[in-house]
Amino acid sequence: MLYALVALTRATEILSKVALHASYLGMVFHFVALTEAVVESGQLASASIHNSESLLAFLIMVVFMLAYMVYKTTTPGIVVFPLVFLLTFVASTGQQPLVFTSLVVRRGWLALHILMIFTGYAALFLSFGASILYLLQERALKSKSASGMFARLPALQVIDDIGYRSLMLGFPFMTLGLIAGSVVAESAYGKVDFFDPKILLSILMWAVYLLMVYTRLNAGWRGRRAAMLASVAFVAAIVAWIANYFSGMHRFIAS
Amino acid sequence: MRFQLIGVNHKTAPVEVRERLAISESRLPEACKKLSEHPSVAEGMIVSTCNRVEFIANMKNGAGDLREFIHDYFQVDPSQFETHLYEFREDEAVRHIFRVASSLDSMVVGEPQILGQVKEAYATARAVGAVRAQLDQLLTRAFAVAKRVRTETAVGSSSVSIASVAVELAKKIFGSLNGKSVYLVGAGKMSELAARHLLANGAASIFVANRTYDRAIRMAQKFDGQAIEFSRLHDTCDKADIVISSTGAPHFIFKREHGEKFLSRRRNRPMFFIDIAVPRDVDPEMNKVDGIFVYDIDDLQQAVSSHVADRKKEAERAEDIVNGEVSKFHARLQTLDVVPTIVSLQEHLETIRQAEIDRVRGRLGPLSTDQEMAVEALTRGIVNKIMHTPISTLKSAARDSESTTVVDLVRRLFNLQEKTPSERDKDAQPKTGVQN
Repeated sequence: MLYALVALTRATEILSKVALHASYLGMVFHFVALTEAVVESGQLASASIHNSESLLAFLIMVVFMLAYMVYKTTTPGIVVFPLVFLLTFVASTGQQPLVFTSLVVRRGWLALHILMIFTGYAALFLSFGASILYLLQERALKSKSASGMFARLPALQVIDDIGYRSLMLGFPFMTLGLIAGSVVAESAYGKVDFFDPKILLSILMWAVYLLMVYTRLNAGWRGRRAAMLASVAFVAAIVAWIANYFSGMHRFIAS
Repeated sequence: MRFQLIGVNHKTAPVEVRERLAISESRLPEACKKLSEHPSVAEGMIVSTCNRVEFIANMKNGAGDLREFIHDYFQVDPSQFETHLYEFREDEAVRHIFRVASSLDSMVVGEPQILGQVKEAYATARAVGAVRAQLDQLLTRAFAVAKRVRTETAVGSSSVSIASVAVELAKKIFGSLNGKSVYLVGAGKMSELAARHLLANGAASIFVANRTYDRAIRMAQKFDGQAIEFSRLHDTCDKADIVISSTGAPHFIFKREHGEKFLSRRRNRPMFFIDIAVPRDVDPEMNKVDGIFVYDIDDLQQAVSSHVADRKKEAERAEDIVNGEVSKFHARLQTLDVVPTIVSLQEHLETIRQAEIDRVRGRLGPLSTDQEMAVEALTRGIVNKIMHTPISTLKSAARDSESTTVVDLVRRLFNLQEKTPSERDKDAQPKTGVQN
């Protein structure tokens, strides 16, 4: 099931109309696959952990499609599709049997935590993609040679809008997700260990996120400076993700 | 005719060179007068637009060079521009004027503004008496040719002017122009046109600043906009998303630090500067500020170069029209030229004199050599005395716009036959020598 999706999302890199329909189809398959997993395990929370990369890829596609419906542009796909591909690929090959160990966790809060955080990730990622496109378009306009692939980029302000809105949309999700996460942690372990690498990095990422929102609202930062911040946030997000494998709280694999 | 034309345009010279030769509207009448008073020049006019500066003259007899005028007027050595200058003489100069007026030499082939600009230049030169006789003929003809090209070919249709290119670029930056505000710095025709295009595409409000406040008010009224005193320009400019600058200022009005200030006041929302002034109003350094995009007249040209190809075919037809008109004009000028008229007048009277002598020869009987010479001198004297006034009238008429009427009159009075162009070529052949 997931392999079909991989092939389909890969096809979208061509950025044609056919590819767009293919990715619709891919999303449907993806959704079905995710639902199947939920039904199989009978638990929303554990299923979403099992297929975390896959879920994230799905959410990124959802955000991308939202942006497409509003702005009628597929160019963010240049950045989005390779990542979605990578995520689904990892999800489908590296499926270790994960066993959820802590039984005391309140399942509802955990599911909320995961969904929120992942939506935040997806929005953040789109915002990052938009800021890269912004830089490309800005450079094209400055050099006064609007030709080739740059001619097909959407207008600068449209790119800026996509970046801004996904930033503003993602931030509350990310914040709520972190709050939900700490509720889960507290109920599971009694207190939050702030020196856990995963939590530390997540808080760092959230701080950068906050800084981006703040500079955007107050100084109207965009372009080069905003892209730099977005890259920092992006790197922090990836590191926080990788930290899953080193964190005591997020280590789901029974040792 | 002794037409000479030298100039620079957007193809041969970058804006840095054009702005050094550009002559502002206010200084143009005086410059035309100086040109026509230059020792080697009989008549002259100057076309100075943002894309071209051209000096056109009907030179006096004897070789002269318009470079001398450029040297005297600008106090520069024209040889430093030599690589950018183009020069045309006689028919080639005629062809060039026809092409310019017909908008075949324009940055955007077929754009309609150039004809108006040439007409204005002509009116200015004529008002100060710099254009009188043959140049007058030439320009009048050029306007007729331009009209022919416009009506008989599709060169002028769907014309992409600078203004519409500016709109396209603005859309590339702002997406939609809805609600965007436009600031006109300098109340010129070009900026008016650009503003009109932007408004038609959704731009909401217009500000106008001009050195002459009255003109700013008048322009602002046209667009329901707001006139702003020039001294407050730098305090108010950050309100605008799009700035169109077209002043006649000799130096930059907007420098990099201005741009940085605007942006911080605008919280980094992007700004688009369209600089259609020559000399330029906006420091190119400003393009390096994040969020500011500066396009000068040459950049706009690049942006439109793709549109030019579309009209290439029609332009070829237009070139054919121009070529035909050049030879027609050539023929016409030759008949109007006083020299052939004077020659044929002399030939005509000489024929009469010879015929009359032959007629009375028999009745005079045998004449001594002295008597023969006396008869010759007598008849020649009478003919020369009679011819003196008409010839000097013709010569002086050649120097002003009367020449057409006077030449026609003399030809009719003496029943002088017009030679066809082919006969004239035959006459000219021995002089020009073997060419093949």
